[in-house]
Amino acid sequence: MVTTAQATEEVSYLEAISQALDEEMARDERVFLMGEDIGTYGGAFKITEGFLQKYGEWRVLDTPLAESGFVGAAIGAAMMGLRPVVEMQFADFISCAFDQITEVAAKNHYRWGAAVPMVIRAPFGGGVHGGPFHSECPEGWFFHSPGLKLVAPSTPYDAKGLLKAAIRDPNPVIYFEHKFLYRRIKSALPKEDFIVPLGKADVKRVGNDISLITYGAMVHLALEAAQALTKEGIDLEVVDLRTLIPLDKETIYSSVRKTSKVILLHEDNKTGGIGAEIAALLAEDCFDCLDGPIVRVAPPDTPVPFSPPLEEFFLPKASDIVSAARKLAAY
Amino acid sequence: MDVADIAKEIKRDDLLQMYHYLRLTRALEERVTALYRQGRIVGGVYTSHGMEAIAVGYASALERDDVIAPYHRDMGAFLIRGFTTGEILAQYLGRRTGPTKGKDGNVHMGDLRRGVFGFVSHLADNLPVATGAALAFKIRGESRVVFTGTGDGGSSRGDFHEAMNFAAVRKLPVVFFCNNNQYAYSTPLRLQMAIPNVVDRAKAYGMPGEIVDGNDVAAVYLAAKRAIAIAREGEGPTFLEFKTMRMHGHSEHDPAKYVPRELLEDWKQKDPILKAERLLGELGYGEESYFQRVAEQVKSEVEAGVEFAEQSPLPEGPEMLEGVFADGADSY
Repeated sequence: MVTTAQATEEVSYLEAISQALDEEMARDERVFLMGEDIGTYGGAFKITEGFLQKYGEWRVLDTPLAESGFVGAAIGAAMMGLRPVVEMQFADFISCAFDQITEVAAKNHYRWGAAVPMVIRAPFGGGVHGGPFHSECPEGWFFHSPGLKLVAPSTPYDAKGLLKAAIRDPNPVIYFEHKFLYRRIKSALPKEDFIVPLGKADVKRVGNDISLITYGAMVHLALEAAQALTKEGIDLEVVDLRTLIPLDKETIYSSVRKTSKVILLHEDNKTGGIGAEIAALLAEDCFDCLDGPIVRVAPPDTPVPFSPPLEEFFLPKASDIVSAARKLAAY
Repeated sequence: MDVADIAKEIKRDDLLQMYHYLRLTRALEERVTALYRQGRIVGGVYTSHGMEAIAVGYASALERDDVIAPYHRDMGAFLIRGFTTGEILAQYLGRRTGPTKGKDGNVHMGDLRRGVFGFVSHLADNLPVATGAALAFKIRGESRVVFTGTGDGGSSRGDFHEAMNFAAVRKLPVVFFCNNNQYAYSTPLRLQMAIPNVVDRAKAYGMPGEIVDGNDVAAVYLAAKRAIAIAREGEGPTFLEFKTMRMHGHSEHDPAKYVPRELLEDWKQKDPILKAERLLGELGYGEESYFQRVAEQVKSEVEAGVEFAEQSPLPEGPEMLEGVFADGADSY
């Protein structure tokens, strides 16, 4: 993934997000942060630790506990030429700001031409025993709301590059950062400024037999399953969407045209998820090149349960992907 | 406030200008209502009939660089901000020449160059947004002010409270108002809140508040001026409750049979245009013949707008696909 010889020492996914924020704030004085406990405390996950001291209380604002209020405020500040980045303490709480996001931010430019350049950071996903209110994957709600861009990186490189691109984009972007990955993955990043453009998927593993299309923490599960499947002679191609809106249909279609078989994997509930939409697109546009059914691997339609055995049962596992791949390989 | 004090506080030309906008608002919205009854306007028609003094008063009190995030009965504010009758009627008629090019209807229009945020039907949604504009002014150290508001119904929304609280905590340069016109669609005040005055809510945020006669354009203007001055000096937000009465239905399709007739009769005597004329008369600034001249002048302004709008092309259809996203890496 690292494209330069001048790589720095390894940084975690969390540090990559923090670096992106810091560098964008240093680069552009219009960029400022708002959220609950992001100042003095440095954020629930410590992503903005030290930012208050460095940038001051008018660029790192601790807000009242009122997601709708501070997302609305970000919209107004964005229209006045600033570049707000707001933090949801947990992506689950984004439901409190749903109306501001879908009715105001998303429709503003379409309705009356006022751009809303803002980013909402949303720490999402399970595997951390957070229970029904601290584990959610709410991207599906916003996937259906025209006017929003949605990003979900899986590596430190993508996390940093996509956040920078999101901050520089003239539209409202929801940046889904996966909590499970924060301190679990590390990689070396280029020293110089770089972005990962929105709307471009990335083939994380080239393969010939089955296309596995996914995003977020599930990318790593997919790579693990791909590794296991090599012993059985099944060669998985892992496509990391990276951006959900705009969706990179070109990369999806070219992978599927090559392999003729597809697994759609996500951590959000199965019904009405991103996988459902991609399945429909493939049925419409790539029907003639499919050699087997489109298979979805996703959690059942329940809230994310708390107790470890329950959550483990809920979340997709590498073994689920392996059995899905075996079935598909038989076609 | 007695007449002599008003003469001291408000310039003659400013008062006459406000009278002009009261008449223009009334004439424009009466014409819109007539077009609706003729079936030439589709969709909702939400007027400020009998409440014109609120928007005319507060918008007149602002400076050019200030920003407003109006509510749906603030037509006078659009006019004062430079929206022409032609643009407004084109908006009502869904024409390409309207401020939203047909993407949205009636009072749902905005223009950043004129410092007007587009109205969002979800009442009170624009209050946090307005607060954010005020935050931008504070961060940049600008002396600009934001004026925003909603109705008595909108004051029940969470966004109303979240915005007022945040603005008070950060002492942001924003003025909040409530157009208390007694009814939210068909719901009377007594089913909306258990307090006698909406302004009571301001206390909970440590914010000064004031009750103002919403049908008295001079009173609205002076109260707005006071609140704007406080905001501009960095002393934070103020809440203004403009007491008035909704004289028509929620929208023009609604005959509002749920409103007692005697209540309407009572408020008819307090009509903002009548009040303004009485004041101008007492001040010696204008009399019947002057009022007639203004009425004729605004009528021709409205008719020119109707002509412009009706001659403007309708959108063709496919352009509805445009504008979901802003283009370019950096549009500012």
